[in-house]
Parts: sequence; C-alpha cells; structure tokens
Amino acid sequence: MPKHSQVVQSRSPMAPPKSFLVSRLVFLTLLTGFVLLPVYVMISSSLKPLQDVSGKFQWIPSGLTVQPYFDIWKTVPLADYFMNSLIVAGAATVFSVVIAIFAAYAVSRYSFRGKRLFTVTVLSTQMFPGILFLLPLFLIYVNIGNATGIALFGSRTGLILTYLTFSLPFSIWMLIGYFDSVPRDLDEAAKVDGCGPIGALFRVIVPAAIPGIVAVAVYAFMTAWGEVLFASVMTNDATRTLAVGLQGYSTQNDVYWNQVMAASLVVSLPVVGGFLLLQRYLVTGLTAGAVK
Amino acid sequence: MTTTAPPRTGKRTVRKNHPGAAPRTRRSGRLRRISLPYLLLLPALVLELLVHLIPMIIGIVVSFKELTQFYLRDWGSAPWAGLDNYSLTVDFDAPVGEALLSSFFTTCLFTFFSVGLCWLIGTAAAIFMQETFKGRGILRTIFLVPYALPVYAAVITWAFMFQRDNGLVNHVIHDQLGLTDSPPFWLIGENSFITLLVVSVWKGWPFAFLIMMAGLQNIPREIYEAAALDGAGVWQQIRRITLPSLRPVNQVLILVLFLWTFNDFNTPFVLFGKSAPSAADLISIHIYQSSFQTWNFGTGSAMSVLLLLFLLVVTGVYLLFTSRGRSATDA
Repeated sequence: MPKHSQVVQSRSPMAPPKSFLVSRLVFLTLLTGFVLLPVYVMISSSLKPLQDVSGKFQWIPSGLTVQPYFDIWKTVPLADYFMNSLIVAGAATVFSVVIAIFAAYAVSRYSFRGKRLFTVTVLSTQMFPGILFLLPLFLIYVNIGNATGIALFGSRTGLILTYLTFSLPFSIWMLIGYFDSVPRDLDEAAKVDGCGPIGALFRVIVPAAIPGIVAVAVYAFMTAWGEVLFASVMTNDATRTLAVGLQGYSTQNDVYWNQVMAASLVVSLPVVGGFLLLQRYLVTGLTAGAVK
Repeated sequence: MTTTAPPRTGKRTVRKNHPGAAPRTRRSGRLRRISLPYLLLLPALVLELLVHLIPMIIGIVVSFKELTQFYLRDWGSAPWAGLDNYSLTVDFDAPVGEALLSSFFTTCLFTFFSVGLCWLIGTAAAIFMQETFKGRGILRTIFLVPYALPVYAAVITWAFMFQRDNGLVNHVIHDQLGLTDSPPFWLIGENSFITLLVVSVWKGWPFAFLIMMAGLQNIPREIYEAAALDGAGVWQQIRRITLPSLRPVNQVLILVLFLWTFNDFNTPFVLFGKSAPSAADLISIHIYQSSFQTWNFGTGSAMSVLLLLFLLVVTGVYLLFTSRGRSATDA
C-alpha cells in the first residue's frame, strides 16, 4: 500500500473519496432546502400584511409588519387554547413520566410472573389505530359522566388521562433499557446502606438515568402538545387545545394566512425550543433504551 | 394475612439476605418483595386497561350492535345487529364497502411510498453524517425540526404552500418555471395524493434519521478500521458493514413507520379537513368520517375491528418473516 494512503487512513478510517464528498454535499444541501422551506414560509409569511399573503406568493416580502403577532390573540382566544394545551400536556407529561419510572423499575430490577406478558401487552397497544379506541373511549367517558357526574368527556382531565397513556408504552420501553444500563451494584449498595426499594430507586437509579428521563419527558410533552384526533372530538369551547384552536383563523370566505403562520410559529416555540435544547438527551436516551 | 400460604416461588435473594431473621418477618418481607413489582406496575396497568384495552373490547362489542346517535346515552341498550355491520362494510359492490375498499388501497399505496421514502432519506442522511465534518451539529439540529414541530403547525404551513392562488408551490411551478398551463389544485382532486405524500415524508423521515443515528453509534469503529486496512473503500464499507449492521434496527424501525403511517390521521385531517378527497382518503379519516359525520358507530367500529385484524396479521407475518431471515443469516 502506498505511503500516502497509509497516512490518510491513520487520520480517519473512512477517508472519503471525492464521489462520497460530492454526493454528500448534494444530498445534504437538497435535504436542508426541503426541510427549511416550510420554516421559511412560516416565518416570512407571518410578517406580511394580509393583502400580501392573499395575493401571489412573494419570496421576498415587499412589506414587513408585526401586526399579525398582535392580532392572533384577538381573532381567536389563543391565550386560552395555549393555557389548555399547557395544562393538559404538562400534567400528562408529569404523570406519564412518574408512572413509567415505577413500571420500568419493576421490569428492570425484579423478576415476576407475567413480566413478559406485561411488556408485550403494553408495547402492542402502540399499534392500535387511534380511531379504534376513539369511538369506545368517547362512549366510556360519556357514560362515566352520566353515571357518576365526573366529567371526563369535554374536560381537561379526560384529555390528560388519554394522552398520558399514549406516551406511556414508549416511555416504559425506553426507561427499561436505561435502567438496565445503571449497574445493579449501585442500588444493591444503597439497600445495604438502609434504603428501601423505593429509596434506592429515587436516590440512585433515577439520578443516574436523568438523560433517559428527560428524553421520555420531552417525548411525552410533544405527544400531548401535537395530538389532533382526540382533541378534535373530546374538547369543547372551554377546553379546546391549540391543535383544534388553530383552525379558527379561517372564516367562511377568508383565511388570515399571516395570522395562521404567526400563531403556528408561536405555538411551536415551546416544543421546538425545548426539543432542540434537549435533543442530546433524546439521542442518547434512544441509543441506550430503544435501539439495542 | 399471616395465614396466607407462603408464595410458591422462593426467591433466592430473600433467603440470602436475611438468613437469621425470625420466620414471621421473613414471610412478610417475602410477601412484600413478591407483590412490590405488581404494585409498581399497577398505575400503568390500570391506565392502559382503561384507555386502550377496555375500549378495544367495547369497540368489538359495538361492532355487533346497531349503534346510532339515539343510543349514545346508553349504548348497552342498542339493538344487536349480528353481522350486519360487517356484511355492510365488506359488501364491495355497495357504496359503503366500495368506498372502504378504495380507501384501503389508497392507504396501502400511500404507506408503501411514504415508509419507503422516509426510510431511504433517513438512512442516507444518517450514513452521510456518520463521520464528523464542519457544520454536522447544526445540520443535525435542522433535520430534527420537522420532528419537533407540532403536527398541526407544520401541516397547516404546507396547506398554505399548496394553496392554488397564493401558495408557494404554484408560484414556483406555474409563475416562475411555467410548467403548467393553469395553476393546478393540490388540496382537491388527484393531486392531493402527492400533496399528502410530500407532507408525510417531510414530517416522517427525521424519525428514521434519529433511530438510524442511534443505531450507527452501536457499530464498533474497529470493524471499519479493519476493513479500511484491508483496502475497502467508503462505498464498500457502507454496503458490507453499515447496512448489514443496521438490520436489527431496520426490523423495528420499518414496522413502527408502517404502523404510524398506516394509521395516520393528523396529516390528512389538518391538510384537507373533515372529508379528505378520495385520492387521499386514508383509512383513519374514512372511519372517522363514517362514524362522526353519520353518527353510525356500529359500522365505524366494524371497520376499526377489520383494520386492527389486518394490522395484526401484517405485523405477525412481518415479524415471523424478518426474524426467520435474520436467524438464517446468523447461522
């Protein structure tokens, strides 16, 4: 082997040839364009006056205005929808994460009858089409309400209950993998020091698995924040979430596209910001938990 | 409770931990140890039962009933319909069955292309970004944006871009490139299939990318180093090492993508509203519409049960097929 390539190889085992570099450049450039196109449209259109978004599309906005960002709160009660989404997604995340921590701890650290049945059942609920249990759940909530007076249908509680089960299977699955990677010696040592099983969980395993827990929390929040199907059936005017409320910017004849884009951007910020800040955890969480 | 028979499975660890403890303490400790995992699982189990399993059973029961809006308050009193709902939905000569069948084929075609493209783009991007280069971190962040954006915000933006008169797409292909005689419609008619596919791929590929990146991290570097020393080029390394190593990841990834895409409701719902054009009438939207527009839950449930059966069979066959293929190559 010639000396030159030896040097290159020792620097990087995948010293890429030109064909690789060129295809990488072309592919990644095109892909970046595809990914960012809607983001550009969203941002630029949210700063245009209404007549500009109603006429021919302009790549470069001819007039800029921040008025849509003030109007969005008046055209529809966006602040209320925002609050509803925040309460529903926040509560669903907290409950989902805590419940998943307990379940994953049981599966990771104990052997018991029905363990396999539990994991398989919980995971297989992921494959059910939402539409399959939307109708019966609708009936159950309506009937529970009629029988006991506990309003689940149309209430935030009903939505929280529903959403937290959506993220639960994946969260449990991911945390099992994460807890498995925490050495058993650590919690055994804690137990010798006098911690109970729950003490060992919260003093040793949970702190060691923070990246996985953060990843699971981000996932649970995103799931609840973005859900459309159940929100469209199970909410009323008072409990409407952003997923449904955003459709309020279109009237019979007209759509306020600049306001739609401004509102889309505003409601995306909490999740996109949180996700991008914590993406490192999500990738490591996936590596440890889901992909093994 | 002390009269309860001791659990049959004597746990090794219990015996080891307290060899000298009094029998009474030992027994209650053993009981607690046995029941603790079940207590920990209880909240998860109860919720999964309430929101997934019981509704599923009720859904199956309802599919044998004639449940219209008159019986909503007390669904148990709805008259039994026998197999009427099912015979209605699978009578492919009648309008209901015909529409269901066409929606089913549309969904199959859509799923095939969407999953294929998501997998292809996600895998290619992950492989191209396996090695570090300048700007890789920023690119990775950018690529995760479609995954992080709430579905409705992203899809509503695409709906704006696909508007006939003021959208970006027609501005480019009609006004700027002059490819069409008149601006085409994208959200109604035949084109809506393409629209749905583009939006779905845009939304879906970053998940494949994320999983693939995680999968690539688990391939030991030494294998590449050894291959490079043997004179294998990059393309060869990708074909001989990377792709085969990703097989177990692929098995799960493709299944998950398939189930999500086949059941997708959000994308067509935000894109087209409550009634999708027939070229983009995915099965979830179809069932939703037949249930909540016509308030005929019996027929809707029968369709849902058939959908579940189909997904179960496909998943079972897929897992059987891919697992057998994998163990055969391992041997």
